Amino acid sequence: MIQFENVSKRYNRSQDALSNVSFHLDQGEMAFLTGHSGAGKSTILKLTALIERPSAGQVIVNQQNLNRYPRRKIPELRRTLGIIFQDPKLIRERRVFDNVALPLVISSYHPREIARRVRAALDKVGLLHKEKSFPDELSGGEQQRIGIARAVVNKPNLLLADEPTGNLDPNLSAEIMRLFEQFNQVGVALLIASHDLSLIASLRHRIITLDQGKLINDGLRGE
Amino acid sequence: MAKPKKQSPQFINGFLAKHGQAFFFSLGKLWRQPLANIMTIAVIGIALALPATLFILLKNVQNLSQGWHDQAQISLFLNQDVSSDQAHSLKQQLQSNNNIAQVIYISPEQGLKQFEKQSGFGNVLQQLNNNPLPGVLEVVPASALNSPIEIQALVEQLKQLPEVDVAKLDMGWVKRLFGIINLAQNAVWGLALLLAVAVILIVGNTIRLSIQNHKDEIEITKLVGATDAFVRRPFLYTGILYGFFGALIAYLLVGFLLVILSNPIANLSNLYQSDFVLSGFSLFSSEMLFMIGMGLGLFGAWLAVARQLRKIEPS
Repeated sequence: MIQFENVSKRYNRSQDALSNVSFHLDQGEMAFLTGHSGAGKSTILKLTALIERPSAGQVIVNQQNLNRYPRRKIPELRRTLGIIFQDPKLIRERRVFDNVALPLVISSYHPREIARRVRAALDKVGLLHKEKSFPDELSGGEQQRIGIARAVVNKPNLLLADEPTGNLDPNLSAEIMRLFEQFNQVGVALLIASHDLSLIASLRHRIITLDQGKLINDGLRGE
Repeated sequence: MAKPKKQSPQFINGFLAKHGQAFFFSLGKLWRQPLANIMTIAVIGIALALPATLFILLKNVQNLSQGWHDQAQISLFLNQDVSSDQAHSLKQQLQSNNNIAQVIYISPEQGLKQFEKQSGFGNVLQQLNNNPLPGVLEVVPASALNSPIEIQALVEQLKQLPEVDVAKLDMGWVKRLFGIINLAQNAVWGLALLLAVAVILIVGNTIRLSIQNHKDEIEITKLVGATDAFVRRPFLYTGILYGFFGALIAYLLVGFLLVILSNPIANLSNLYQSDFVLSGFSLFSSEMLFMIGMGLGLFGAWLAVARQLRKIEPS
């Protein structure tokens, strides 16, 4: 699903944000990326979604080598991913329904199909009754769930999440993680960046630990 | 199971659907922010209305002057002591001149009658003991003489005739009028060009601001996989719509102006015993107005979009 081979990333002359990182994420696998802030968690996700390009090494996503990936084909790649951010990045002027529908509208789905899938995704995150609300009328946890609904509405086989629970209290965080596990159970691969060690330690999944751009640990906690 | 060759019905197909989607999205956006957009559209409308009005007025002046021949005419005012017979023989003599196409004799009596009729001083003139007007020979130069220098030479030659008091060349004014119309036309073209640039800049700047206001939205849309074309389309349609509504306003403004002008012009042309009627937009010129408006809007939007959208990338 995702392969990093000796990947380094340096943002204009500063220290390496990533240095010589290699790991694989298999199809249908769920893994956490952890480490202090600035350890390179976000950089890995950005390289995977082609928001950034590596300074050295190779990133391969869905059997596509991203090093030689042309700019004009980036939208095609992003449509196969679901991306979730700490700030849910909703469009404030549009209703919940239209926010979740965005990836489908972009892919020219038929309005009937859009309505069906958006409602299914909203139902999945338990917010079907909020479809006519505007994002600002929702709580932080609800907004995050809308962001998740938007990420899965396209039925991607890979979800990337960058500190999805960063702004949420422990109960809501656990709820979001349960949601992720449900997606994983139906075969979606997930790569979740989080520094909430106590939360991710309670879930039995693979944990990739980074420190100052280097991969220092990769394995299952508690084994 | 064989895969269906056509795109499955869960997608909308093709060019029209995508553009319809962007078009209605843009229209909806304009609709939801009427005040700001009306101001932009009004500015575009005024910028388009000004040259449109001038072009229409020019076209009318051209229609009006089309009936007039661009012919020079030389009036020979004869000495008071030249008799009618002498004048007629002079007329015969001049008509044999190759450089002269036609000669008309206007006797002092005819001249007086014309003057009475046209000037409205009839009563005053009747008080006069004798006719103060000289006889006049109106000479039309041969069409072979078309340069002002040749005609001027003819005038000099006629001046030398003993019977002639004053020779006056009446050539100028029609030519001058055409010259002025020509100049005015060029000036209107120049003005139209400047205002076209203004419309492009207005639309470009408005779209640029709109792009900046929607920076987050554009970023998010790109993050979930929108192509550049998808992001661009609504902004281009907004530009086209600005142009369309601006042209509509210009059309109404010009129509309104012509209605206001039509009465005074009808009065004026009545005074000149003319049946001249002010003509407004033809179907063709109104189509042109809308096409130009939308074209300029699209171009302005394109300029803004081309420069701005590439810069907005998710980070």
